[in-house]
Amino acid sequence: MGGSTVLPVIIFLPLVGAAAIALIAPSRATVLKPVAVATSAATGALTLWLMGAFDKNDGDFQFIQLTEWIGSAGISWHVGVDGISLFLVVLTGLLFPIAIVACDPPHDAKAYYIWMLVLETGCLGVFLALDLVLFFLFFEVVLIPMYFLIGKWGHENRKYAATKFFLFTMLGSALMLVGMLTLALLTARETGGAVTFNLIELANSAGELPTITARWIFLSFVLAFAVKVPLFPVHTWLPDAHTEAPTAGSVILAGVLLKLGTYGLVRFGLYLFPEASQYFAPLLFTLGVIGILYGAVVATMQRDLKRLVAYSSVAHLGFIVLGIFSINTEGIEGGLLQMVNHGLSTGALFLLVGFIYERRHTRQISEMIGLQKAAPVLAAVFTVVMLSSVGLPGLNGFVGEFLILTGAFVAHRWWAVVAAAGVILAALYLLWAYQRVFHGTPDDANRSMPDLNWQEKLVMVPLVGLIVFLGVYPKPVIERMEPAVNALIEHMEEVEGIESPTVGDRPEGSFEELRKLKADYGDEGEGH
Amino acid sequence: MLPVLAEANSLPQANIPDIQWLPLIPHIVMAGAAVVLLTIVSVAGRWLPGWFASAWTAAAGLAVLATAIPVWIRVDQEGESSTIAGSIGVDQFSVFVIVLLACSVVLTALVADGFLHRESLDGPAFYVLLMLSAAGGITMASANNLIVLFLGLEILSLAVYVLVAMHLRRAESQEAGIKYFVLGAFASAFLLYGIALVYGATGSLNLADIRLRQGGWFAYAGSESSSTDAGMQGVPEGVAMMAADNGLLLAGMAMLLVGFGFKVAAVPFHAWTPDVYQGAPSPVVSYMAAGVKAAGFAALLRVFFGGFLGVADDWQPVMFGLAIASLAVGSMLAIVQTDVKRILAYSSISHAGFILVGVQAATDDGVASVLFYLAAYAAMAIGSFAVITVVSGPGDEGTGLDSLRGLAARRPLLAAAFTVLLLSQAGIPFTVGFWAKFEVITAAVDARSFWLAVIAMLAAVVAAFLYLRIVVAMFLEAPESDAPRLRIPRGPAVAVAIVVLFTLAFGIYPEPLLNLADDALLSLHLHAH
Repeated sequence: MGGSTVLPVIIFLPLVGAAAIALIAPSRATVLKPVAVATSAATGALTLWLMGAFDKNDGDFQFIQLTEWIGSAGISWHVGVDGISLFLVVLTGLLFPIAIVACDPPHDAKAYYIWMLVLETGCLGVFLALDLVLFFLFFEVVLIPMYFLIGKWGHENRKYAATKFFLFTMLGSALMLVGMLTLALLTARETGGAVTFNLIELANSAGELPTITARWIFLSFVLAFAVKVPLFPVHTWLPDAHTEAPTAGSVILAGVLLKLGTYGLVRFGLYLFPEASQYFAPLLFTLGVIGILYGAVVATMQRDLKRLVAYSSVAHLGFIVLGIFSINTEGIEGGLLQMVNHGLSTGALFLLVGFIYERRHTRQISEMIGLQKAAPVLAAVFTVVMLSSVGLPGLNGFVGEFLILTGAFVAHRWWAVVAAAGVILAALYLLWAYQRVFHGTPDDANRSMPDLNWQEKLVMVPLVGLIVFLGVYPKPVIERMEPAVNALIEHMEEVEGIESPTVGDRPEGSFEELRKLKADYGDEGEGH
Repeated sequence: MLPVLAEANSLPQANIPDIQWLPLIPHIVMAGAAVVLLTIVSVAGRWLPGWFASAWTAAAGLAVLATAIPVWIRVDQEGESSTIAGSIGVDQFSVFVIVLLACSVVLTALVADGFLHRESLDGPAFYVLLMLSAAGGITMASANNLIVLFLGLEILSLAVYVLVAMHLRRAESQEAGIKYFVLGAFASAFLLYGIALVYGATGSLNLADIRLRQGGWFAYAGSESSSTDAGMQGVPEGVAMMAADNGLLLAGMAMLLVGFGFKVAAVPFHAWTPDVYQGAPSPVVSYMAAGVKAAGFAALLRVFFGGFLGVADDWQPVMFGLAIASLAVGSMLAIVQTDVKRILAYSSISHAGFILVGVQAATDDGVASVLFYLAAYAAMAIGSFAVITVVSGPGDEGTGLDSLRGLAARRPLLAAAFTVLLLSQAGIPFTVGFWAKFEVITAAVDARSFWLAVIAMLAAVVAAFLYLRIVVAMFLEAPESDAPRLRIPRGPAVAVAIVVLFTLAFGIYPEPLLNLADDALLSLHLHAH
């Protein structure tokens, strides 16, 4: 056992809370929520402390804890945080207390809070695990609480949606398990060492595997993450799951769970398979761009407000994938930033849609009109959040999209041009939806809708605050991400076998350009 | 010396083989406990309390467990050996399976307690047959001789045929008994014919000898002496290839595979499984899924990995095919079932396919993964059928998916326990079922059977759907308002608690069990003539 113990505390604190809730007697149901809120808030506070204690100049993993777990199989308990995972951890720590405070389950409160807290442990474990098997365990175990949250507290079609969600995600990760084992066993065979699932060691010997083998394994990983993201064409579980999930479930699903996929693409795609990522990048950013356009077009057509937000997620996640597979500092940073932004803005949108649903008991856009008159505060908050989602300058969405488009433009100009159209489409479907729901003269059913209560206002304050703050001053986030992203790019270039004197301080660094540069200088050193 | 005595010395002596008694004690205890129980109950049955037979069986199982441990330790120190003229192998592989069978007996006895009373089937017959069949399984798991193996298989099978038909007042039970008996007798005939053909091809019934003689090894190398170890290290290049020309051996292997395929319920020898699982009394099914499957796979491994390792190239493709067929048929057909016992029957076929993936690897890691999987599956299966035993209610009738509806509201703990077991069967992390799949896939990948590993995982996803269906019924559907209050007898409750604990404990920290399975090497001891 070595290293810092703060990360295990962060991971397991919600689980301890869940155990505590399980022990609360049924007669004392009123303390269930306070315990759940306290545990998740304490976890959130710890993640904030982690952000403060994080050394922003270090691009390496920090707060590492490494101890042998299943020695005979080369599996260890290995957790650590770097600039790539830090803000996802903070986002998780932030969104859970908000989701728990904002929504009360209509029945079976005890089980509900237990599953929420177990889910939080799972998500934190995924972001912090630095051992492939450990990562896989958390990645897979997240399914169970989410399955029950959708299936038990969801809307009409919940059983179908929950099962579909479970099977889709499991299908992806089933193949990842095979890929993972192949990677570890073949790497051990190539290097002559013992079998290990240690992420850092595997990444350091990433160049050892035959190119074709590495590409196959990469595909098995990508499938798992693509389902989770979700990338077109394996996105079909998402609208169902999002629409049928209870509000808190949608918030977590959009805010945190989708990020498991994009995070996996960075951490286990780019980091472990530099060559294969480069090779398949055109495929992946093309799928990303398709997702942007497809998500936007389908969102425009939706009559169900929640489904509209769900499809907007497909578009936003397409942006993130486009940024990641630009494979340059801007693109990846933009992707990471956009993960946080999407968590904030889409999480907030789902909350607002949930608030409306609780009041109106409908999600049909056609049944809502003129809500602005009845609920001005709700309308105002909705406006800010929606504009953040559209990517209005001054709000957080703009910074992320701008960075992504910059990175994508350097790497693949025309795709960036097409993707930029997605920004316009986002404005179209969100503004149009806003117009239909909030503008106009309210009829009888909509006139009497109550505005946000103090509890709902309270949960929106941090979300709206962060949306504005990150839009105006994203530097605290970006400067913590940058060293880790540069280290990642550097690692990829090293494994690729490209030597560049300007690595690290060259913001537009992309492999395409480096290849051209090298070709110009007649250096033949990179062939495989 | 007197001439008479000298003459007596020169007379041919009866050849009495050396016998090591220590490794035989588990065999004797299990079979002996059955016979003694029968005697006690027939002599003093009137004065014995109702729980006596169940407690006796559990104690016998624990005694077998206790007597198996010294054997493990001795093999650990002195290496494997064989006894009774090389017909019983003394190795850690067999000890592992013996312990597994003993645990199955203990847990099944717990599950049966209360069930037999509820169904008015009281009496020692169930327990006697259970222990006899386990004794047969123990013999199968340690047989180094095909005839001994066949004897073990028949002891096991005959007892189980009767167990399946135990429920006197249920026509389904009788029907299942007949079906299982007829098909099982057929499979035994195949097996016996296979043994005869293998004997014809190799001139021996001893698996260690067969290993050396197969593929015309005698004809090729001239003498046995150049290869003194039981492994294939000493066998010259090209010998293993010659088996392909040996039609007799191949035919014998095929016949043997039919026999074993029937016992482990691998497709296409699976047709009996759903009907028999559905018709047989639920505690019997829990033993069949755990014990009979384990014994069947142990025998399969002893013969194919032990005896026929030299011609692995010939049987690996067949195992490959059986594995894929079992995985596909088991997972797919389970989806359309509406009876929980039938669902779990098809899932057991799918699990057999998964285990065959480990067999197909034909490596020590593969054997270890099979053992781990068998242990994990035994726990999950016994637990699952214990829950069904409780839920099915009087007459063992309520096994439809409907009867589980809203179980979470009626009996939250039971539903939670069942869910853990089902998720473990689906291979969800932090359950022992995950590590079972992990080990098998590792073995398959290590043997470079990548596509088989992929297919197995895809089948596991399909199978996950059927476990989810049961979970949905329990948690996401409302109970019928007139559902009678469910009584949970103590025995099944204890059994379920034990297996759930096992599932979670080894799910979080599987290393001890992994190490035991890794140590339980299957290496046949070559008996010196």
